Amino acid sequence: MSQTQLAEKNKSLLLDVEELSTHFFTEEGIVRAVDRVSLRLSEGDTLGIVGESGCGKSVTALSILSLIPDPPGKIVGGKITLTGRGDLTKLTEAEMRKIRGNEISMIFQEPMTSLNPVIRVGSQIAEAISLHQSVTKRNALEQAIEMLKLVGISSPERRAKDYPHLLSGGMRQRVMIAMALCCKPKLLIADEPTTALDVTIQAQILELMNKLKQEVGTSIILITHNMGVVAKMAQKVCVMYAGVVVESADMPVLFSDPIHPYTLGLLKSIPRKKRAGQKTRLHTIPGVVPGLLNLPKGCRFSDRCYRVHEPCRRWEPPLAPPENRPHNGQHVRCWLYLTPPKE
Amino acid sequence: MEKNDILLEVRNLKKYFPASRTFRRTQWVKAVDGVDFSLRQGETLGLVGESGCGKTTLGRLILRLEEPTGGDVIFEGENILLYKHEKLRSLRREMQIIFQDPYSSLNPHQMVGSIIEEPFLLHTRTDKKRRREQVLSLLEVVGLLPTHYYRYPHEFSGGQRQRIGIARALALNPKLLICDEPVSALDVSIQAQVINLLEDLQDKFGLTYIFIAHDLNVVEHVSDRVAVMYLGRIVELCSSKQLYESPFHPYTEALFSAVPEPDPTITQHQIILEGDVPSPLHSPPGCHFNTRCPYVIDKCRKEPAPVLEEFTPKHSARCWRVREIRNI
Repeated sequence: MSQTQLAEKNKSLLLDVEELSTHFFTEEGIVRAVDRVSLRLSEGDTLGIVGESGCGKSVTALSILSLIPDPPGKIVGGKITLTGRGDLTKLTEAEMRKIRGNEISMIFQEPMTSLNPVIRVGSQIAEAISLHQSVTKRNALEQAIEMLKLVGISSPERRAKDYPHLLSGGMRQRVMIAMALCCKPKLLIADEPTTALDVTIQAQILELMNKLKQEVGTSIILITHNMGVVAKMAQKVCVMYAGVVVESADMPVLFSDPIHPYTLGLLKSIPRKKRAGQKTRLHTIPGVVPGLLNLPKGCRFSDRCYRVHEPCRRWEPPLAPPENRPHNGQHVRCWLYLTPPKE
Repeated sequence: MEKNDILLEVRNLKKYFPASRTFRRTQWVKAVDGVDFSLRQGETLGLVGESGCGKTTLGRLILRLEEPTGGDVIFEGENILLYKHEKLRSLRREMQIIFQDPYSSLNPHQMVGSIIEEPFLLHTRTDKKRRREQVLSLLEVVGLLPTHYYRYPHEFSGGQRQRIGIARALALNPKLLICDEPVSALDVSIQAQVINLLEDLQDKFGLTYIFIAHDLNVVEHVSDRVAVMYLGRIVELCSSKQLYESPFHPYTEALFSAVPEPDPTITQHQIILEGDVPSPLHSPPGCHFNTRCPYVIDKCRKEPAPVLEEFTPKHSARCWRVREIRNI
């Protein structure tokens, strides 16, 4: 075994999500937003969860933190094991509150709606600190200013007294990151943290996240629909579609050897540098993502897949290593690579 | 008008919004601060830049959805800023817009058929039967079904709503279409569908596009030429090939390097710009980019802003140092 393979094997598991199912019970029917999703995060890694609208990536993140509104949502099955804390689905709300912001933190896409507009930013960070540490108000504020400095905000003592609306989008996101990391969490869940930001600011924030990952020792689950961000940030990737994981792999392998037809379609439809300036048509995946109340029978991708065949319309494939081709740790949910049930 | 004739010419176009008025002076937001370009029939001009650069305002000025503070807009040889009443109304048939947000640009109380029919009612005297035929034909052209005529916007996905917006924009056979971030709010696989559709329609109907976007890869794919904007000014203007292969302006270079490539085998030398995008309320004196430029020298701060200079054929940039930093 090589040095890197050994180091990889010795990375301890931090979060183990097994067969998580989160369903929403609505008047029109049961929406299976997350359906038997399994994923694992090793300490020190960034796990990218990538997929388009409605694939269940945000609901997965909210489920981990037990933030699913009930009614109408509910975790109906599976286990979420955080090393050192056991199965999170079995904890009480009081116990979860001790974990949120402390061992597991989350940052969201729209920093403006995540910050309280009537409280100064320094105080908001200090509040997060006071919730989990018994320190004086003054001490909490001092720590908050230190965090602002850590996330690269200049004149942090002055900035701490600002209200959110005085800050730019990039700065607000830095404040969110400061709030999320102030208690040195083991796990940071970032749900599309840079989607709402300009591209030059996005580059700053992503670089900051990588730097802080090292300094604070936090592992990251990064949710995004942007494959470029995945390539830059993630060590491992899960591709989700209509509530299930369709492919999981190490990041370099996902790009060099994508297997699932959806993953292939997704990568091919990204506009890229043209050769010799000719106009080419973009590759498309025909059709649209099915509504979760109108899933096709069998494989969820079957009505859009260019390689659909008989078993696809009858049974949903499991997520497993491909059986009929060499692989490098990938798992795929596709009858092209697994043996369908016999009649 | 033949293909390749100049359809649109914009000269020193400005739009200043008053920000605060005190007794003594008014502070201005210089959203568009002196923009010049010309556009040929059948061409696609990409307009790219980040928040506050003025690209959306520029699109609206051309359509006269905003009135310019200064400058001229020459469409088919005539200065449309002088148009009033009837002439201005009939101009609306020639220029149309597709909006960014498919969720707020369609009236939720109107049936799709009625939304697409509205331009006919406003600008023509077509009878009911003929209007219906036209609407059905437009639905087909954008890849929707005749049954969609009777549905309401909320029954459609984002990508389908954009198609409805496109059908509406094409109703009166415009010559010029301003596409204001038409795919930014869509998933990647749907973006590809809508982009292909826009390109097909351009070929089929001989349309001219101004394509506003912040996604460089999308802009490069659809555009013949690209204008990069920063704080209300065009800082680089060239073909999309030139833009990708050899950008001149430091901002363009930084913009490209900031885009994460979906390919981990490419090691990107990223130029991470310091600081935030400045607000158009406080544009720095001298070259607007001097507060963040990695190549800045004293001249950039002390002298008035550089003009857009053509350094190689058909490739202009607004920067004092292009010759030295790009070895021209």
